Formats: sequence, C-alpha cells, structure tokens
Amino acid sequence: MNAPLIGARIQRKEDYRFLTGTGVYTDDVALPNQTYAAFVRSPHAHAKIKTIIADAAKRHKGVLAVYTGEDLATAKVGGLPCGWLITDVNGKPMKEPPYPPLAQGKVRHVGERVAVVIAETLEQARDAAESIEVDYDVLPAVVEARKARSAQAIHDIAPDNTCYVWALGDKNAVDAAFAKAAHVTKLEFVNNRLVPNAIEPRAANATYSRAEDSYTLYVASQNPHVERLLMTAFVLGLPETKVRVVAPDVGGGFGSKIYLYGEDVVVTWAAKKLNRPVKWTSDRSEAYLSDAHGRDHFTVAELALDRDGKFLAMRVKTTANLGAYLSTFASCIPTILYATLLAGQYTTPQIYCEVTAVFTNTTPVDAYRGAGRPEATYVVERLVETAAREMKLDPIELRRRNFIREFPYQTPVALCYDTGNYEATLESALKLADVSGFQKRKEDSARRGKLRGIGYACYIEACGIAPSNVAGSLGARAGLFEAGEIRVHPTGTVTVFTGSHQHGQGHETTFAQVVADRLGLPIEAVDIVHGDTSKVLFGMGTYGSRSIAVGGTAIVKALDKIVAKGKKIAAHLLEASESDIEYDRGEFKVAGTDRKKTFGEVAFAAYVPHNYPLEKLEPGLNENAFYDPTNFTFPAGTYVCEVEVDKDTGATQIAAFTAVDDFGKVINPMIVEGQVHGGLTQGIGQALTEGCRYESSGQLVTGSFMDYCIPRSSDVPLFKLDLCETPCTHNPLGVKGCGEAGAIGAPAAVINAITDALGVKDVSMPATAQTVWKHLQERSHARI
Amino acid sequence: MTIKVSMKVNGKPVSADVEARTLLVTYIRENLRLTGTHVGCDTAQCGACTVLMNGRAIKSCSIVAMQAEGADIMTIEGVAKPDGTLHPMQQAFKENHGLQCGFCTPGMVMNALDFAKSHPNPTEQEVREALEGNLCRCTGYHNIVKSIMAGARAMGGKI
Repeated sequence: MNAPLIGARIQRKEDYRFLTGTGVYTDDVALPNQTYAAFVRSPHAHAKIKTIIADAAKRHKGVLAVYTGEDLATAKVGGLPCGWLITDVNGKPMKEPPYPPLAQGKVRHVGERVAVVIAETLEQARDAAESIEVDYDVLPAVVEARKARSAQAIHDIAPDNTCYVWALGDKNAVDAAFAKAAHVTKLEFVNNRLVPNAIEPRAANATYSRAEDSYTLYVASQNPHVERLLMTAFVLGLPETKVRVVAPDVGGGFGSKIYLYGEDVVVTWAAKKLNRPVKWTSDRSEAYLSDAHGRDHFTVAELALDRDGKFLAMRVKTTANLGAYLSTFASCIPTILYATLLAGQYTTPQIYCEVTAVFTNTTPVDAYRGAGRPEATYVVERLVETAAREMKLDPIELRRRNFIREFPYQTPVALCYDTGNYEATLESALKLADVSGFQKRKEDSARRGKLRGIGYACYIEACGIAPSNVAGSLGARAGLFEAGEIRVHPTGTVTVFTGSHQHGQGHETTFAQVVADRLGLPIEAVDIVHGDTSKVLFGMGTYGSRSIAVGGTAIVKALDKIVAKGKKIAAHLLEASESDIEYDRGEFKVAGTDRKKTFGEVAFAAYVPHNYPLEKLEPGLNENAFYDPTNFTFPAGTYVCEVEVDKDTGATQIAAFTAVDDFGKVINPMIVEGQVHGGLTQGIGQALTEGCRYESSGQLVTGSFMDYCIPRSSDVPLFKLDLCETPCTHNPLGVKGCGEAGAIGAPAAVINAITDALGVKDVSMPATAQTVWKHLQERSHARI
Repeated sequence: MTIKVSMKVNGKPVSADVEARTLLVTYIRENLRLTGTHVGCDTAQCGACTVLMNGRAIKSCSIVAMQAEGADIMTIEGVAKPDGTLHPMQQAFKENHGLQCGFCTPGMVMNALDFAKSHPNPTEQEVREALEGNLCRCTGYHNIVKSIMAGARAMGGKI
C-alpha cells in the first residue's frame, strides 16, 4: 500500500533537468537552416513615421529580408486582439484601437516594433537593423494616466485617450452611507507601474513546412493553446490544424507570457515567406520596453465608518494606465479583477468603484502576478490600517469587528465567497509573528538608532476565474475552463496531458501526486505532459492561480472516468456485478470479499482484450475531461511585516515577515511555500524597490536591472510561514490556488509597517531609501 | 575578423574559429551547444550565465571568448558525475526546493560551487552577500539560501 501523496513534501520530478543544464527553453531550440530576427524599435514615444529607408540593411551581408508594417498590411496580417470587451457606464463598448504587429504610420510608445530584419546570424540581423533609417515626425507624448484625457490623441478612435469609464456598485447608497458616517478615512496614492521581469526573456522560434503546409512555433508562453487560437483565428487567418504551438521549458512568466505579442506573429508569418525557421530572443533592454507591464493606478479611496469602527461603505475612484495599446487581457484587469475584490475580508455593506482607463505613450499594461487583486488589497488594507490609526483603534481589533464570519457570503461587488476562516489565519499569524513581543523589539531597534514599525494585511484573492458563461456576460471573449486527459498504458503506467502550463510552479510533481494518490500508484508511474498543442487536447493555460483548482479538477474528472471504466472491466474479469466493485488504492475489489484485480491487470485487459466485454465496452483506457468551475476560489490570509528604518539614510530593511495563508487543501506544502516566498518577494519589491519611471517625453528611465531594482537576496529575510486549511467547497480536491497570494498581500503589509515606523499617514511606493529619507527630513523639520 | 580560440570545457579540449567580438557565453551556447548556461540580461546583473573559469565563478556574458584562451571552463553540464549522479550542491538545491522555473539555477549553482570552496559552513548572511550578483524572480531566495548552506556543508570545502 502506498502512503498518501496528497499533502506530502515530494521533491520535484522536474528538478533534475534544470539542475544539470538539460532543460530546453525556447532560445535553446536550434532548427536546421535557422535564421535570426532583430526588431527595429521606436526611439520616440509618439511620432508619425514618414519614411523607412532599409536599402542598406537589405544589402547587408547575410540579410534575407526586411519587413515593415506595410508588408504585413499588404499580406492582410491582422492586428493583435483584446480578449475582454468592457462595456462602459453608458452601455457603450470600450474603444478598441487597432494594434498592428509592426507599426503602421505611427508609433505610440518607445520600443514599439517598427521593422524586422531577418538574417543568417543574429549579429548580421542586429548590425543591419542599426542601419535602417526611420524618419519620424515627433508628436507630444503623455505618460501619466492623470494627464491623458487632456493630451493629444494617441488613437483616432479615442480623442480623449479614454478607453472606457466603468463602474461597479450602488453610487447613491454609498453616498448616503458616507453622509451619516462618524469617521471617513481618505487616501490618495499611485499603485506603481511594474515590469514582470521573468529571468528568461521572451523568445519565439517559428518554422514552416511546405510539405505539410503547416507551422510550428516554439514560444515562451504560459498558454500555448490560447496563443494558437488568437494567432490563427484573429491575426493570420489560418486553421488551427496548420499551426502547432510548443511552449517548452519556460523560465518564469508572472503574467508577462500570457499574451500574444507582435514578435510571435512576425516570426511565424516570416517563416513561411522565407521558408526557413526564424528565431527571435528578447534581450533584457527590449524586455523592459516590450513585455507588458503591470499595475499603474492612480486612486482616491475613502472608507466610511460608524463610531464603533464598523465599515459602512467604501468609495474608490481609479484612473488606470493601459499604455499605448490594448494588450490581450488589459481591459479586464483594472475592472473585473480589481473592483470585485474591494470587499476584502470584510462585511462592508456598500461599495462603489469607478475606473477610468486611459491610453498613454507607454508600454502596454496587462496582468502581472495578482493582476488587479494586489491593487484592490492595497486599497482596502491601507484604508483599514489608516482608519484604525485615525480612530485610535487597534488595527487587529478593527479588522476583527468587520470580518466576514458566515459563508457563503455575497459581497456588494458581485463575488460570492464560498468559504473562509479569516479569524484562523489572523490568529495564527499573530502568534507566529510574536506580535506581543513587538514593543520590546521596537525598543531594541531604538537603542540601535533604528525606527521599527509593524504592519498588517488581511488579503483576499479570487483564483480560477469562472464560470465561462458569467465571464462571457461580463465581456470575456474566451472560455475559462481547463482540459485534461489521462492515458493509461497497457502495463498500468499513466501519462497525464494537461492544458495547464508550468513555468516554475512544479505541476509535473503536484499533478503527478494528485493522480498517483487517487489511483494508488507510485508517483514514478505517472508522467505529466503539457505545453504542446499537438500533444495536449486543449488548454487555457496558467494564469490567475488557476492551475490546481481548474486544471487539477479537469484531471480528477478524467480520473473518475478511468475508474468508472476500470470498474466495468474489473466486474467482467471478476465475474461480479459492476455495482459491487470498489476501487481502493490501486485495486479493484469485489466488496466484502478478497477477490480483486490490480490497476495494472485491468489496464492490460483493456489493451489486450481477450477476456473482455467487447460487445458492450470499447477496449483501451483513455479518458479526457473539460472542467468549467462554478465559482472562483477565495484564498485568504494575514501577513505581518516588521521593518527597521535607518534614521540617517532612510534605508528600510524587512526585519521579519510572517505569512499565514489559507489555500484550502494543499497538495505539496514544499512547493506551495516556494510559491509564497516568490510572491512575497515580488510584493516586497513593489513596496520597496521596484517602479517604472518615465521621462515626460516618454523615455523609460528605468530600463535595465541597473535602474529598475528587482529584489536581490539581501533585500528579503527568511520568511515565517504557516498554512490554515479551509477546503474550497466547489471542487473535488478542495483546493484554491497559491501562486499570487504573496504578491497580493505583501505591498500593503510593508507600507503599513513603514508608515507605522515613521508615524506618517502615507509613503508612496516604492519606498526607496530616498523616499523614506525625505519623510524623515520633514519629520525632523516639523519637530524644530 | 575571425580568430581561433581553444580552451577546455568540462574537461574536453575544444577549439573554433569565431568572430573576435563573440562573447564567451555565445561561444558556449551557440558553438558548443551547451545551452544550460543562460542569458537573462545584457548588463551583467543577473548571473544566469555564470560558469567557472579556472575554478573561479565568472559571468560568461562579460568576457569575449578569446579572453578564455587556454582556460579551463566548467559549465553546469559538467557538474554532475559522468554517471548522472547529482553533485552535492545540485542535490542540496533539489532537497531544499531551491529552484522553480530553473532559468537562473545553473548560474546559482556555479556561483555556489565557487563560494562553497572558501565557505564550508557559511552563515545566512554570507550566502546572501555571495548572491549579490545572481537574480532569481521565482524563489524569493529563501530556499536558494538554504540550499547553498546545506550544499556547502555537504561539499566540505571541495568541488
């Protein structure tokens, strides 16, 4: 009998290849007759393209072709589509400007693709690209969302640079609640623009076969089937049968590799034109300019409370910067995935949120780890902590007074939480963080000349976006299900095909644990296949912490079908009634007897059907399932951050960070903890070190690892973690998802701690040493 | 202009005619097809391209191939035993879940090998300082730090 695998700290099956340098990432794929692409990118944020002179480039040694937007237009290559239609407050569709893969007539952000050079070697392509002369007529640019509406129009169809004004909630009820509030807390802040910065840069390598009239695209993608669907149906007008998309080992995504990018389209299209494979690999400088960015909100948020600290209402007004074009899912991030989370863990009865989404001359903005939910948590948890300080209430007590305690709970912002236990995660976090010992630690810090502060964040997130029909009614243009297939081989080993994609999450281990546990097989008997449209039946990919809750459930549904068919086969072999057959850890048994057949014996009978009910049952043991969830899952937790601020320099160190999460049932705690560590570090990065800075002309000043600081090892501590387990009620594994929590909860906890240390109302993100030092100077001047 | 370069990589003598501007990492990846050494940036910040040159960890994006003329280079492909058994440092990364997407991992391991020679029993602080030149976006460094502490102890000061 095998020990239970669900809940076990199993070491990862995928580690060996990564540790020995034998993983295969997109740039590692070298095809016969490989050619290389280099893109010419706009140096201007906003300009008309007058002429493109490429004669010298075309004559350059090794150059095979130069293409511009005109070539793509002539070939009728379509624009990049947006996957979510938002309807504005007046019932009108959002403004959807064309997004050509190579610029046509005008450029709208620094780094926009203007032309591509394809050559025998990468060096030749790059050298030739340097020689292309583009004559621009430079136009005024706007980079800040708040200034967009009065700036020169970026797209003809949006004269005021507004994509939509959208709202959720009952404005009149909220206004009425504010009118009778005993206290109102108001904050105004920017949720800083971030660059995802997966360490593997994006890459795409496309090849075309004349013999089969078909394409294969290797691409660093989080969702190869979605990439294929968008590319074939909307851009290249090809049947899906003629395009295979392979996302091999992918070196991190964090959202940035969800989207269909122009580079992917161009290399695929060019592979047929040249009848040779075309590879493009981003360098880091290109990545800063061309990977979709995240966040970038300006928000005014208010919380109304009664005299006892009960929340009466919340009013939020956000201007969201979408950048120059609509990236694949850009429109749903600051709306559907943001405003719906503003209830947080609390019973706030009325919430109104208005979002103005604008175009600017900046890189397009889309989902980045958390996607809308970090922004919502930041609003809620900064307001709550600030309200507690203003009303001189304990921030923990204030949260407790407002916790949702009965489930299911219908929020005023559309979501219905199926389950949760916020008191449990809070209680555990307070103990683990030794909050009662904080005062003493603060005194110790003071003796060393440091200011110590403590901050909390009680976050909620919604994972596994669903169901498809509800999302569709809200504007989604894609399904939100997941697909899985279980292929049992004649000797009883199992290959699992999943539409989820792993790029660090460890699915090859976690999913194998689920399958091996359910079937009662050793984990070595189960292999996971993903990331190839020619192998996997279908898939929506990995984003929004959906893989285990949606992808895992699809696998379980397919497993149920395997066991059901296995029972029929076993009943025949054992000459028993099907209803008497039980499946128990690897064995089909006749209930109440010692008669049984192993899983392997049943599998063998299915493929060598000599003694088999062929007249009523097909041979073989292979099942698939599509699963469309009935609701989101709602992970939640409490984070406690302690910071130490150096009074002389303003440098802030994370002195301690405690995270207690409720992800429902946990399959592999080791992997889940790793996800939390990474999420927390990205959240701490947003709070302390990361942030895009654009010059007013539209140049990205923070365009490399030397100017844009992702956390280094010395910026973070060893984390203190614990898990509470309130199983999800609407999927068979009871799982919720864990990928984004850290990035969602951490920024508010850190800023709450810094404002506590400094005794100020607000500190803007990123709270760099310079930013904090300025606050310290103001404080000391105020004392004089 | 092409130039002939010769060096030893993972114990094997190799030589090739390359353009003078060819970076060592390009030579390793494109000429030798040893694609375990990765490129994650263009400013010598991320450390994904770290290899050992004459036993010292270097960023192979920061020198041209001809600067490694006659050198003894070890890449991630040369770390495990010939029979495939993981090196104690690799094993420590596996046991401590010190990797997620795996892209920064080769650079982390190569840097850790050099570091562990002189730090057979390092503190957390020492490991964090040694990782200044290696970026990871997945792990929050937590388990990388634990991996290197455990791997260094297992190595006992010897690669």
